[in-house]
Amino acid sequence: MWELIRANKRKSLFLFFVMGICLLVLGFFIGGAYAGDDGGFIGLFVAFGIWILMSMISYFRGDSIILMMSRAKKVSYNVHPQLFNVVEEMKLAANLPVMPDIYIIPEEAPNAFAVGKKPEYCAIAVTAGLLERLNRDELQGVIAHEMSHILNRDVLFMTFSGVLLGSIVFLSHVFLRSMWFSGGGSRFRSKSSKGGGQLQLILIVVALIMAILAPLMARLLYLAISRKREYLADASAVRLTRYPEGLACALEKISLNNYEMKTANKATAALYIANPLKPKGMKLSNLTSTHPPMDERIRILRNISHGANFIDYQNAFTSIKGKQNIIPSSGIRERKKINIRTSTAASTQTKSTKKSTRDLGDLMRAVNKYMFLSCACGLKMKLPPNFKKDKISCPRCGRENHVPIAELAAMSGMIAIDEKNDSIQNNEQVKQDSFVYNRTGKGWETFSCRCGSPKQLSPAFNKASFVCNKCGRKIEIKGP
Amino acid sequence: MVGFIVAIAILMIIVLSLIGIYNGLIRLRNQVKNAWSQIDVQLKRRHDLIPNLVETAKGYMKHEQDTLKGITEARSKAMGAGSVGDKAKAESELNGAMSKFFLVVENYPDLKANSNFLAVQEELTSTENKIAFARQSYNDQVLFFNNKIQMFPSNVIAGMFNFKENEFFEIEDEAERAVPKVNFS
Repeated sequence: MWELIRANKRKSLFLFFVMGICLLVLGFFIGGAYAGDDGGFIGLFVAFGIWILMSMISYFRGDSIILMMSRAKKVSYNVHPQLFNVVEEMKLAANLPVMPDIYIIPEEAPNAFAVGKKPEYCAIAVTAGLLERLNRDELQGVIAHEMSHILNRDVLFMTFSGVLLGSIVFLSHVFLRSMWFSGGGSRFRSKSSKGGGQLQLILIVVALIMAILAPLMARLLYLAISRKREYLADASAVRLTRYPEGLACALEKISLNNYEMKTANKATAALYIANPLKPKGMKLSNLTSTHPPMDERIRILRNISHGANFIDYQNAFTSIKGKQNIIPSSGIRERKKINIRTSTAASTQTKSTKKSTRDLGDLMRAVNKYMFLSCACGLKMKLPPNFKKDKISCPRCGRENHVPIAELAAMSGMIAIDEKNDSIQNNEQVKQDSFVYNRTGKGWETFSCRCGSPKQLSPAFNKASFVCNKCGRKIEIKGP
Repeated sequence: MVGFIVAIAILMIIVLSLIGIYNGLIRLRNQVKNAWSQIDVQLKRRHDLIPNLVETAKGYMKHEQDTLKGITEARSKAMGAGSVGDKAKAESELNGAMSKFFLVVENYPDLKANSNFLAVQEELTSTENKIAFARQSYNDQVLFFNNKIQMFPSNVIAGMFNFKENEFFEIEDEAERAVPKVNFS
């Protein structure tokens, strides 16, 4: 595992430097084309400056810029406990030193991505649509895929090389434009009269060829490597979850979706688990896509038969795509047999479309810090985060409802994540201090548990006690 | 003079690589330790969750007192277990009791729809998975560490500083696969 990561790091570094040198050479020739010999070094210097600056930006601010661009919102445990649990499971499987931050993107298209320069600082973002469509096993597959990107240090180098690619494209674009508009340029001729005109001409021609070819080459290199990384992340995800079918089903569901992500663009597309932008022409997209074709990934995953180690993925890959090494040789060398586990039974529930649409809406509101208040008539009222009044009348039954703003705000996701761990550690202690609620009548009653979570009693409730589902505290009910 | 410098340089290289190997072994050993503590945390967490589950289920499952008692007993046994081997055995017993319980739950639709129960169930499922994944990663680390200890040249250093191979944490397949008997009488 560690050797695999090391091999991957080496390759990334190689890519990073090849692209950097590409940028420098381009800079040298463009500079030379403008101002002769000296210009070459000025161009080199400028290109180097761009390289360093862009790398610095993407290293220090890259992840937050990407998260901001995709409008991802950081959420706490309460918004989606299952997501947190699944991420923690994968964190354990991957032996990651810390729990990644978790973000939800309020979008309907199912997709996910990971950012983070090191496993110590990383984040995983998933869309609300993904959470709504996938069951537990499938979600686990997707999270494992993202976790593998973090573990294999893909994210940092994909951002780096993406930025370098951007700079190369930008530089050659500027050069070609200026050549176009100056029409061969009087500037160039005036220089050539001073001697060394021959050299100048050669530099211009080379720069032109470079400016046309470099972005193409760099892009093809980038795409080839980013596609290979997707396969590798799939293989690692299978190794982590030991359940290839989960990821295969998830990819199938994702590829069936008809929505395009509004917040994704060409720069961030390579980060997502599936290409978030809908392809326009089918044939060409296979060559120029950052992702391998979905049906191929699914076919490979379904073809894994003997075990969940890298060698098994490689075999499945070979049987479909022919001889090509996807896994670095250090991964293949590990021959230990790993059994595929079976599906967990609880994950086979299906929801009606209407309910899942409603849940999706609720989830998006929860992400956006809406507060939820249940009326006695059973209607769930959704209050926007800037709601300040302490009373609201129910639109269905007209009953006046008291709004416990502080408690609802705590419920709606402002609780720090750490508190969840505390509450579990202190569970024994919490259960000791059960508390008593005295009922005032026979009708509906609302009160809050000591942990702040609101509780409702129906007129039919006749038990002596129940357990709070947030803190595990026992609540005793004394009737009138 | 030149010969002396070369000798010093070679000595330096050897010493540095020895230090490197030693540090690598320490790092691996710490990773194994960390992976083990993760299993421990999750096991403890499951022990904490079980009373919640039993409490929630009690009201609904009047006729399944034996199953509930079985879980509680297996839990207290597992909490008392000491060594790695004992722990693995007690935990696999608890696993058996839990899977039996979840099969029985299928007969109680009211309980299955209860939101408290669903929340506890999600926590438990997740904890089970976490135990499995922590075990998986512990075994990976142990395999890696043991390989390093056995292979040249790190085995020399390992012998010198008394690094010992670690036990794998295997749950007995028999117990894990045990299907509860269904009685139709």
